[in-house]
Amino acid sequence: MSATELPDLNTFLPPMIEPEGDLLEVAMGPHHPSTHGVFRMDVALDGERVIRLKPVFGYLHRNHEKIAEKTTYLASMPYTDRLDYFCSMTNNWAYALAVEKLAGIEVPERAEYIRVITAELTRIQNHASAVGFLMQEMGASGTPLMYAFREREKILDLFESLSGSRMMCNYMRFGGCRVDLPAGWIEQAKQIVAGLPQFIDETEALLTGNEILMARSQGVGVLRPDLAVNAGVTGVMLRATGVNYDLRKVDRYGIYDSFQFRVPLGDHGDIYDRYMLRVLEMRESVKILEQALPRIPAGPILDPKSRPRGFRPKPGEAYGRIEAPKGELGFYLISDGSGNPYRYRVRPPSLINLTILEDMCLGQNVADVVLIFGSVDIVLGEVDR
Amino acid sequence: MAAEPELQPDLKIELGKQGVFVTTLNELYNWGRKNSVWPMQFGLACCAIEMIATTMARYDLARFGAEVFRPSPRQADLMIISGTVTKKMAPQVVRLYNQMAEPRYVIAMGACAISGGPFKQGYNVLKGIDRYIPVDVHIPGCPPRPEALIHAFMTLQKKIAAQPLTGEDRPRHLDAEAQGEFPVPVPGAHDLEPPVNRLVWPLPAPATDLTAAAAKEPA
Amino acid sequence: MKSTELLLDELKSALPGVEIELVMNPSVSAQHSLRVAPKDALRVAAYLRDVAGYDYCSNVTGVDWLDKETTEKIRTTKTVTRTVDGIDGIAQAAEEIVEETVKRVEPGCLEAVYHLYSMRLGPTDPHPPVVLRMRTLNRIDQVELPSLTPVWRAAEFQEREIFDLYGIVFTGHRDLRRILMWDEFEDHPMRRDYVDPDDFEYEPTPHDEVLKRAEEYKASLAAELPVGEVR
Ligand code: SF4
Repeated sequence: MSATELPDLNTFLPPMIEPEGDLLEVAMGPHHPSTHGVFRMDVALDGERVIRLKPVFGYLHRNHEKIAEKTTYLASMPYTDRLDYFCSMTNNWAYALAVEKLAGIEVPERAEYIRVITAELTRIQNHASAVGFLMQEMGASGTPLMYAFREREKILDLFESLSGSRMMCNYMRFGGCRVDLPAGWIEQAKQIVAGLPQFIDETEALLTGNEILMARSQGVGVLRPDLAVNAGVTGVMLRATGVNYDLRKVDRYGIYDSFQFRVPLGDHGDIYDRYMLRVLEMRESVKILEQALPRIPAGPILDPKSRPRGFRPKPGEAYGRIEAPKGELGFYLISDGSGNPYRYRVRPPSLINLTILEDMCLGQNVADVVLIFGSVDIVLGEVDR
Repeated sequence: MAAEPELQPDLKIELGKQGVFVTTLNELYNWGRKNSVWPMQFGLACCAIEMIATTMARYDLARFGAEVFRPSPRQADLMIISGTVTKKMAPQVVRLYNQMAEPRYVIAMGACAISGGPFKQGYNVLKGIDRYIPVDVHIPGCPPRPEALIHAFMTLQKKIAAQPLTGEDRPRHLDAEAQGEFPVPVPGAHDLEPPVNRLVWPLPAPATDLTAAAAKEPA
Repeated sequence: MKSTELLLDELKSALPGVEIELVMNPSVSAQHSLRVAPKDALRVAAYLRDVAGYDYCSNVTGVDWLDKETTEKIRTTKTVTRTVDGIDGIAQAAEEIVEETVKRVEPGCLEAVYHLYSMRLGPTDPHPPVVLRMRTLNRIDQVELPSLTPVWRAAEFQEREIFDLYGIVFTGHRDLRRILMWDEFEDHPMRRDYVDPDDFEYEPTPHDEVLKRAEEYKASLAAELPVGEVR
């Protein structure tokens, strides 16, 4: 094919910045106090200005996909917990959803309710921690993160009484959930949810009008909407640029149809918008929880026809995705009719959201790089898998 | 320092009741050390989140004098290997360990750090960090609960308190001969080179009876 | 949103001469895909993005299809020569139908799969993904595919990952390096015939296979040791 036949591709590339002085190369990471784990950025600096930035991944590449292709479908479920280890419930759900698509399994209504409730609780604790970590990186050492973790512990207690584990819940199954809610769980959950608005108010009182936060985050790390769409950015990062794309509304998976909630959108696509959106999404999640908890119906929690053991879907493939707290989390499965998936692929939102890290950081001060990176909200377990 | 005569614990308590505090240099020295273990701020994977949770208000690691997480290995006494060590990361972990000043301790937190854990079959996963550096306390769990990490701290404190300052078993920082640098593995074409440091991770003795085999040989 | 069949027709009429075919997906999900010839991939991709509205490339991944060996029984007619009536009889040629088993090796290939959605239309018009596939000629040396990063930047890291783990070389990618493994690494570990490095150690795990391997390992060590020396 000759190049002349091609239409104008309108390629999105990071701009080239001409340095004025000598370049200084800095390797930030993989052991760096601010990089949320083992991540490296090779940064070229001209004075304080960032001229080039290359992320280096793979320090937590744990071969999740390879291991999953060697074992049965069900055996991969606990591994999905360890992808984004803040949000094991949503990871479980994404994987279960993909398998349900592949094999055509129905989910009973009670299980759908439990899934929504656990997913929204997960979203709240993830966003709270993300805000806390962002503030940590801004120099507010401790306080916001401690507040966030105080609330997170309550939610983890709920998860623990439900699934037996604080973080690695391994709770969902193809066609439903593993165990039913323990006695009194809903009351306990209602109580905790009732306390959440107060926590969000408290966080906002501390942060939203804070001058240091505004000075350091407004207009910093701006992302354009067209670039965000082209680069496959999803989740809060995308919506902060003003693009209305929330899979809970778009795909209407599960029973999200039946709840009233709004999708907050940003205007500027800067760090402040991302912070603000996380806070607003927590409020919306509380709304969903308030609707879901009283309405939860009785019934089975697992499709009686689903056979988790000896599960062999027909040959074919399926791609299932959900709106995880970090963005679109998808699973792509190819079955060849045997008990193990032929191909098992995780679409990691954290990794793909980092595509535009360089674009956002170019021309900014090196001190802001850490902030911009923190505002993306990634988890290395998912980036590297 | 000669071997110190052992104090009768009962006697110590009796004297303490009278307002006389008796101690040994050894005890005093270790008491100071064990209550100010500064860990390195160094998280690898999921277990790191539980480590962070341990430092937060609910579990409050500060009660053990260990809340000061230092970003620099030069200022840290303790390295908590909190998570999966991949082969790509292992050289960096060993290098960080080499940069720490003695006395230094290592807690291997979680199944991954101990043996590779759930990811043991992975091609890029190191099957246990004790292949390259000596580990003082192992905590099983995936992830270990914060209580388990606190238990590991207390175990480490007990270990520090029991260290004699002289003799064969003295800690490395009082032993001029002790090995200080650990070889850093280099990434190779298929695997790390060397895949294991035999000085810290010796092979178990072979099951085959060698002396019997040797006795047969000359005939 | 159009179904995949309609989209195929639209592509064929809008871009005459492109080699593109429908790959049916027999599973319940019914996410059918379009397989496009690598030479036409950029044109199709640009059309999908700019005209058809698929502005969002969600997932990019590789698949390794091994060589497939199929045995087939076929009937062939063969000319058989028979000697009739003893040693110096007349040789007779006759046609006979013989059954033969033929082994056929379908050459394997590496495949890149792109899942496309539309963010522009998504909120008003929920749609299944358009799955775009490309195949390399074989698994060994002709493993080049055109990179679609000029069309969707989202593919940038994911194509690097495919290059790293599967070994597909994407031409036109602006920064094709290993992403997950270290640079000195030579294998492509997600391929199905990849063999792990043998970093086996004795472990007191009560699995039969591990125990058996442990005994073998110890025996081999014992054989290597000089006589009389104990490790
Ligand atoms: S032991 Fe479990 S929780 Fe800890 S790093 Fe490994 S997989 Fe994660």
